[in-house]
Amino acid sequence: MQETDYRSRWPQEDAAPEVMRRTRPAAHGSHRESRPLGEASAERLAHALAWFSVSLGLAEMLAPRLISRLVGGDGKYTNLIRLYGLRELASGLMIFGQGTRPAAAVWARVAGDAVDIATLAAAGASPRMNKGGVAVAAAGVLGVTALDLYCARGLTRDRRGEEGIRMTRSVVVNRPPHELYAFWREFENFPRFMYHVNSVRNTGPGVSHWVVDGPAGTTVEWDARITADTPNELIAWQSLEGADVENRGSVRFEPRPGNRGTIVRVDVVYRPPGGRAGRLAAMLFNESPEQQIYDDLHRFKQIVETGEIVRSDGSPYGIGDVKQHPGQPAGGQPR
Amino acid sequence: MKATCWHGKHDMRVDSVPDPVILNQRDAIVRITSTAICGSDLHLYNGFIPTMKKGDIMGHEFMGEVVDVGREVKNLKVGDRVVVPFPIACGKCGACEAQAYSLCENSNPNAWMAEKLLGHSPAGIFGYSHMLGGFAGGQAEYARVPFADVGPLKVPGGMNDEQALFLSDVFPTGYMAAEMCDITPGDTIAVWGCGPVGQFAIASARLLGAERIIAIDRVPERLALAANKAGATDTINYEDQDVLDTLNELTGGVGPDACIDAVGTEAHAPGIMYAYDRFKQALMLESDRPLALRQAILACRNGGTVSVIGVYGGFIDKFPIGSFMNRSLTMKTGQCHVQRYMKPLLARIENGEIDPGFVVTHRMRLDDAPDGYAMFAKKQDDCVKVVLTP
Repeated sequence: MQETDYRSRWPQEDAAPEVMRRTRPAAHGSHRESRPLGEASAERLAHALAWFSVSLGLAEMLAPRLISRLVGGDGKYTNLIRLYGLRELASGLMIFGQGTRPAAAVWARVAGDAVDIATLAAAGASPRMNKGGVAVAAAGVLGVTALDLYCARGLTRDRRGEEGIRMTRSVVVNRPPHELYAFWREFENFPRFMYHVNSVRNTGPGVSHWVVDGPAGTTVEWDARITADTPNELIAWQSLEGADVENRGSVRFEPRPGNRGTIVRVDVVYRPPGGRAGRLAAMLFNESPEQQIYDDLHRFKQIVETGEIVRSDGSPYGIGDVKQHPGQPAGGQPR
Repeated sequence: MKATCWHGKHDMRVDSVPDPVILNQRDAIVRITSTAICGSDLHLYNGFIPTMKKGDIMGHEFMGEVVDVGREVKNLKVGDRVVVPFPIACGKCGACEAQAYSLCENSNPNAWMAEKLLGHSPAGIFGYSHMLGGFAGGQAEYARVPFADVGPLKVPGGMNDEQALFLSDVFPTGYMAAEMCDITPGDTIAVWGCGPVGQFAIASARLLGAERIIAIDRVPERLALAANKAGATDTINYEDQDVLDTLNELTGGVGPDACIDAVGTEAHAPGIMYAYDRFKQALMLESDRPLALRQAILACRNGGTVSVIGVYGGFIDKFPIGSFMNRSLTMKTGQCHVQRYMKPLLARIENGEIDPGFVVTHRMRLDDAPDGYAMFAKKQDDCVKVVLTP
C-alpha cells in the first residue's frame, strides 16, 4: 500500500497503474509527445481550425482564380473551387454552432480533408498542372488533416474513448470521516448498500474478489487490488488482469467545514463488457450506472446514519425500487 | 384490515388490505383509534399531486395504541397511546439534527422522483404520493410507523383523542405558520384561508401575542369559527369585500405586518384571475393556482413577512416579484417540522391555553371515509374537519 498526497491531484491519477494513466491527460507529463489532447485544448484547437476554415472558405469563394493559381493550376475550375469554399465555410460555422464539444463537426472536417486530398491527387496527374504547386498544396492539406485528426480524437476520447465510462457522485453523511472510512474499508460491508454487489471477499493483503450482478441475470467477477489507502481520507482500487469488467475507482472522505459531517466522493471508471453495446444493453434493463452509484451512496448514508435501509410500502426494498408497489402493506412476512 | 385507498380522482374506497408488519427494527405498528382527513388530502382527492398509485392508503393525521415495536425502539412499548407526526424523520441526519424534520434526508426512499420535480427531496410523508415515499397512510385500522423512536409522542392519560389528534399535523402546522411571522407585540397578522390550518394559524398568532388578526375566506361559517373560537379580531369575506382595500383600510394604509397563506395550490377568487389560473391549470401550463399567495404579497406592509404554509406542488405563473423585491419582503415556507413542536404544544393543551378539538365538525366511521372526502371537498354541511374512527 502506498501513501498518496491526494490534495495536489485527482486521486486516481496517483492510484491508477501506468496502463490506465496513459490515457488520461496529465497535468504535467514527461511523455508529452504521446499525450492525447485535453478537453479544453481540444476545444481551443477546434475553434482555431474553424477560423481557418472560414477564412479559407471565404478566400475560395471570393477569389477562386487566385486559389487555383496558388495550387498550381491555370486559373480554371473556379466553380469547383467556389463549391469547396462553401464546404469549408459550412464546416467552420458548424464547429462554432456545436458549442463546447464540436466532435462531429471536426470529424466532418476530416472527411472534407479526404476530398481535398483526392482532388489534389487527381490534379497532380493532370499534365496541365504545375507539379510543384500541387505538391506544396498537398503538403499543406496533409498538415491540416493531421491537425484535424488530432483534434477530433481529442474531442471524442472522453465520451466513448479507450478509457471507459467514468462516473463521479457524492453524498453528505452526518458522521466524521474516520467512521465512514472504517465502514468502507471493510469491503465485506459493500453488499449491504451496493445492491448489485453479491459478495466481496478478502483474498490476500490488499486483494479482494468481487461477484457482481450484470444485466439480464448474468454475474461478473474480478479480483481487485487496493492501489491507495490513506486512513480517514482515501481508498482507491483497481481490478487485476483477467477481470470480466475492467474497472478502477476511488472514494474520498472530505470533512465539511464547521463540523457538518463528511462529503463522500466516489469516482469509478469501468469498461463494460461488450463496450458501448453492453452499456446500451444495460440501459435497456433500466440499470443506468449513474443511478446505481447514486442509490448505493444514499443507502450507505442511510445505514451509517440510521442503522437501516428505509423501506416504504411503495418501495419495500428501499432506494432504487424502480417499480413502485401500491402504498399498502404487502401482507405476510417482511419482504 | 380496512383502509381508505386512493383509486383515482374523486375515487376513494374503503378496501380490505393486508395488515402491516414490522419491516425495520426502528418501526412500530399502531392500532389507530382516531384519524382525520386533511385539507392537503383534498389535493390528492382532486388529482393535483402526481405519482399516486391505485391502492395507495391515504391519511397522515392519526393516533392510536402501539401494538408492536421493533428491537431498536426503546422509548415505546406495547399499549402506549401515541399521536404520530405526519413527516417521517430519522432523527440522525443533518436536517433532523437541525430540527428541520420535514427535510429529513433519509426518510424518502423515492427521493429521486422528488428531485426531478423539486430539485432536492423533502422527507417522506405518510400516505402522500410515491414522490414523497410511497408510505401507506393512517386512514386505516393499523399503520406501520418508521423511526418510531423519533416521531410518535405519548399522549397523557386524561387527554381525549380529539384534543391530541391534531398534534399530528394541523395544530403544529398552523403554529409554524404563525411562528414564521416573527410576531412582536402590536403586530397585525392577516390569514388567507380558514380551514383547519388557517384556524390554528389564527389561534397560534393569538398565543404568540399578535394584536390584530384578520381572517380571510368566503365561507361564512368558517369566518365565524375564526372569530368566535380561534381568536380572529376581524374577518373579510372575499366574495363581498375587496381584500386589498379592506386590509389597507383596517391598517391605515400600510398593510399587515405579516401575511399567512393557508390556502395553497387550489385557491379560489372572484373574477378574471381565477378563470385565468384555472384555465392554465387545465391546460397543464401551470400546476398551482397562486391566487392567495399573490394577494398576500401585494397586501403585506413594506418590509413585512409572507408565511407560506398552504401546500404547493409545482410551478406558478405571474409571481409578483416586483412587489416582493422592491418592498423588502421576506418569504418563509415549509412543510411543518412537526416533531419540533409536539411537546411544547402538548404542554399548551395541558395548560388549557387551547383546546384543538374546536375545529372538528364531523365525526364518521372509517367506512364512510369516501363520503367524508366528498363533503369536505365541496365544503358541504359547514364541514371544516372530519375525524374518522375505525
